[in-house]
Amino acid sequence: MNAPSDVIVIGAGVIGSAIAFFASQQGLSVTVLERGLPASGTSSACEGNILVSDKELGAELELTKFSLDTWRGDLAEHAGHWEFESKGGIIVASKESSLASLDRLTRAQGEYGIDVERVDIPRLREFEPHISPDALGAAWYPDDCQVQPMLVAGHLLNLARKNGAKVQVNTRVTGFVRHGETVTGVTTDRGEFHAPAVVNAAGSWSEHIAALAGVNVPVKPRKGFVMVTEPLPPMVHHKVYAAEYVDNVGSSDAGLQSSPVVEGTPAGSILIGSSRERVGFDRSVNTEALRQMATNAIALFPFLEKTRIIRHYHGFRPYCPDHLPVIGHDPRAPGLWHASGYEGAGIGLSAGTGKLMGQALAGLATDMSLAPFAPERFGEFTPNTMISQESAA
Amino acid sequence: MSKESTSPFDVAVIGAGPAGLAAAVAAAERGARVVVLDAATQPGGQFWRHRPESVEPDPEGHGHHGWKTYLDLRSRFDAAISTGVLHYLPNTQVWMIEREDAGRFVLRLTPATGTTIEVPTVRADKLVSCAGGYDRQLPLPGWELPGVMAAGGIQAFIKANGTLPGKRFVVAGTGPFLLPVAANIAAAGGKVVAVCESSSLTNWLPHMGAASGVPGKALEGAEYAAIFAKHRIRYRTRTVVTKVVGDSSATAVQIAKVDASGAIIPGSERLLEDVDIVGFGWGFTPQIELAVSLGAETRIDADGSLVCVADEKQSSTVPGLFLAGEVTGVGGAVLAVAEGYVAGASAANGEQPKTSTARQIQRHRRFASAMHQAHPVPEKWDELLTDDTLICRCEEVSHAQVTEARDVLGATDARTMKSFTRTGMGWCQGKVCGYAVSCLSAKGTTDENAQHASLTSVAKRPVATPLTLGEISTLDSREPHNL
Ligand SMILES: Cc1cc2nc3c(=O)[nH]c(=O)nc-3n(C[C@H](O)[C@H](O)[C@H](O)COP(=O)(O)OP(=O)(O)OC[C@H]3O[C@@H](n4cnc5c(N)ncnc54)[C@H](O)[C@@H]3O)c2cc1C
Ligand SMILES: Cc1cc2nc3c(=O)[nH]c(=O)nc-3n(C[C@H](O)[C@H](O)[C@H](O)COP(=O)(O)OP(=O)(O)OC[C@H]3O[C@@H](n4cnc5c(N)ncnc54)[C@H](O)[C@@H]3O)c2cc1C
Repeated sequence: MNAPSDVIVIGAGVIGSAIAFFASQQGLSVTVLERGLPASGTSSACEGNILVSDKELGAELELTKFSLDTWRGDLAEHAGHWEFESKGGIIVASKESSLASLDRLTRAQGEYGIDVERVDIPRLREFEPHISPDALGAAWYPDDCQVQPMLVAGHLLNLARKNGAKVQVNTRVTGFVRHGETVTGVTTDRGEFHAPAVVNAAGSWSEHIAALAGVNVPVKPRKGFVMVTEPLPPMVHHKVYAAEYVDNVGSSDAGLQSSPVVEGTPAGSILIGSSRERVGFDRSVNTEALRQMATNAIALFPFLEKTRIIRHYHGFRPYCPDHLPVIGHDPRAPGLWHASGYEGAGIGLSAGTGKLMGQALAGLATDMSLAPFAPERFGEFTPNTMISQESAA
Repeated sequence: MSKESTSPFDVAVIGAGPAGLAAAVAAAERGARVVVLDAATQPGGQFWRHRPESVEPDPEGHGHHGWKTYLDLRSRFDAAISTGVLHYLPNTQVWMIEREDAGRFVLRLTPATGTTIEVPTVRADKLVSCAGGYDRQLPLPGWELPGVMAAGGIQAFIKANGTLPGKRFVVAGTGPFLLPVAANIAAAGGKVVAVCESSSLTNWLPHMGAASGVPGKALEGAEYAAIFAKHRIRYRTRTVVTKVVGDSSATAVQIAKVDASGAIIPGSERLLEDVDIVGFGWGFTPQIELAVSLGAETRIDADGSLVCVADEKQSSTVPGLFLAGEVTGVGGAVLAVAEGYVAGASAANGEQPKTSTARQIQRHRRFASAMHQAHPVPEKWDELLTDDTLICRCEEVSHAQVTEARDVLGATDARTMKSFTRTGMGWCQGKVCGYAVSCLSAKGTTDENAQHASLTSVAKRPVATPLTLGEISTLDSREPHNL
């Protein structure tokens, strides 16, 4: 029998790791159960941007601001572990229509209190000397930051361990232990684990975990490719993306969408994103996605045409149909909590999520209301809801 | 520059080394329409790599083994080209393979050198991968210095250029391959200060049965003994290079005696000075990324390398995909040719190999397996590493960083190690450090499958060879036009 704990966290991605850390900071005993190794899911197949620039106004933006404060506050002393960098983001419009969208977006963001500045072309060239001559206008977001997501997960878990948390890798959750309706633990391929609170932080696989408890959390995988170039001397200095990207983030289209997101890394490689498509856990390469991403990136930075890529990778964003994460206790299955559905923003939102969940699990009032993210917004479980097949990896 | 697609071929062969040439010839002679894609500019692969034929023709194949076999394969290869059944695309690399709904293979190509050549997209019903391998390397202090090469790299340099990359050489590692490298250096006028073999030749004793099945190898051995005597090459067994010394490039190596586990025998260290090139060879790593990307099943071979599973018809576990040569297990050129014939024939018409061929392949596999067991990577190879020894040279990741990621952050497989430390993320995509990183990560776990999982993650390279974004932006995903 495994020793009981106060909290079980399912999944050691950035979300589960952040919750483990903050819950253990609250003095709770935590057991993390991960079917693979730390950060073996989407958190190691993504990019590490903490973006305020791409969020729609509303609850997610509030959470983003809260999270940013957490990165810069509670977690500041550890920032070096995960290469936290305030590099700033730039949105570039190259078409008249996208220029108009950018106008609308930045005006609304400014009114909302986001630090955003419109920059003219000469100023844009100072920021990014190699930007396309076709650029018509741009906006500068000094608050956009970056971390190395795998190191976030790895080090937060390690800090949690120092607080007494147990991290059990290669352990797959297969079901729940119930006492009446109440969830009191989980079954795994390595025996049962017991706790009065079980957190579903299984990312794109959390719909499956929820279904094991008989509740509906309709998180689906939304696949994205990233291409990585050969190492170069610094050519791209900020996170640069095209105005159309913001539209794609907010869309629910299942078909392939891609818009250029280009950023340099400390190691010299340039990361080129990103595509979005809902094709389940299909791991095959979508040549059309690569083609569009390459075309778009070259349009933004023409020098890229002659730059070679050395690899590409893809991940499955945990997508929620209403584009809001699912955070908090689930009254439909008392004892079960969720922290999932962050789609393309889970890295940025992990710190704030961890802090709020730590408070909630400890029975404290949360610094920010979790009501907009309530799991029961999806209603009762209906057996014919599409459950995504669990993929092998 | 990716341009029109060709009309579909019956068989596509990747590689024009010993295995690929045999496969192509066997398929073409059975009436199949064949296309051969090879990164090199002329046929031969690693084993029969030779000076540019247009510059310095060498019909005698000086310094080559099995040259008669090459000439035979080559004339049949050329004959098939001239009758139009075989289409040969040299200087062309396959960077990705897709499958169409009907199961047909779609090979995405890029020029191996230069970007101005037009390469088509190739479609074929059957595919034979004969992509060979590359030298397996192990990190040690000083291996990032200029002057440190792969033993096969020295060999390739001599074969391709007819000149030497330096003057005074040490060749080190394990396995019979160190012998032809040293012999070629000597024949080209270089001084071989020492050959350091980590194993003891008595390791062969339990395997003499398997070795006697392949008498040609004994002859080769006698030939090398004579060459070594003539050039006064010291062949030191149970000896490893413990570090490469030098400021801006290698100038000396420290060597030491080791016991059977590879642990250094204290007090046995000595310095070999005045050395400008050190060549290391710890066996070979088969180049299986394309086969793996298609889903081919893998296994760990006797030498610890990840190889693809193939049956007696050289068929992989993926329908339509055949394999020959190093990709199915490192075993030398004779075995590669034998497997190539079988693979080409199976791909062309599903033919069952002749009993005598099957037996020959079996004998050579037994020999290869005996060779691997007699020349293992020493179990304690990592005892040489200091904290600041670089494990991944591309990304400059030190041994201390790797150990910390493993012991503190739980990176007990190569994939997680890569995520945490960047090992294998650089230009070579883990081709050089992948094996070492897998071994070092696995030391942190009792999970028996960790090494297989690690080597598999290292073998996954969705971009088999770098190519420009310009090429990707012109990828044609529409229906092919016929040539
Ligand atoms: C291409 C791409 C780019 C992105 N870029 C960014 C970005 O720049 N900024 C940003 O903020 N976000 C980005 N994201 C999104 C971000 O990666 C995700 O939102 C985030 O990683 C989700 O973290 P997670 O912990 O919820 O999920 P995961 O990291 O997937 O963790 C879930 C874990 O649960 C484990 N698990 C699953 N089932 C079980 C089970 N039965 N038992 C035990 N364990 C189980 C999995 O193995 C996994 O480790 C990007 C995503 C993609 C695909
Ligand atoms: C550098 C080097 C030197 C060697 N020298 C010797 C020696 O002197 N003596 C000896 O006994 N053994 C030597 N070997 C071992 C010997 O090469 C093998 O035993 C034998 O050649 C295996 O034959 P093969 O046909 O499987 O592969 P190879 O001879 O390696 O042929 C593979 C061919 O495939 C091509 N190729 C690979 N990937 C792609 C791709 N994606 N697209 C297009 N083309 C591709 C390669 O360019 C190459 O031409 C050497 C090995 C190496 C790596």
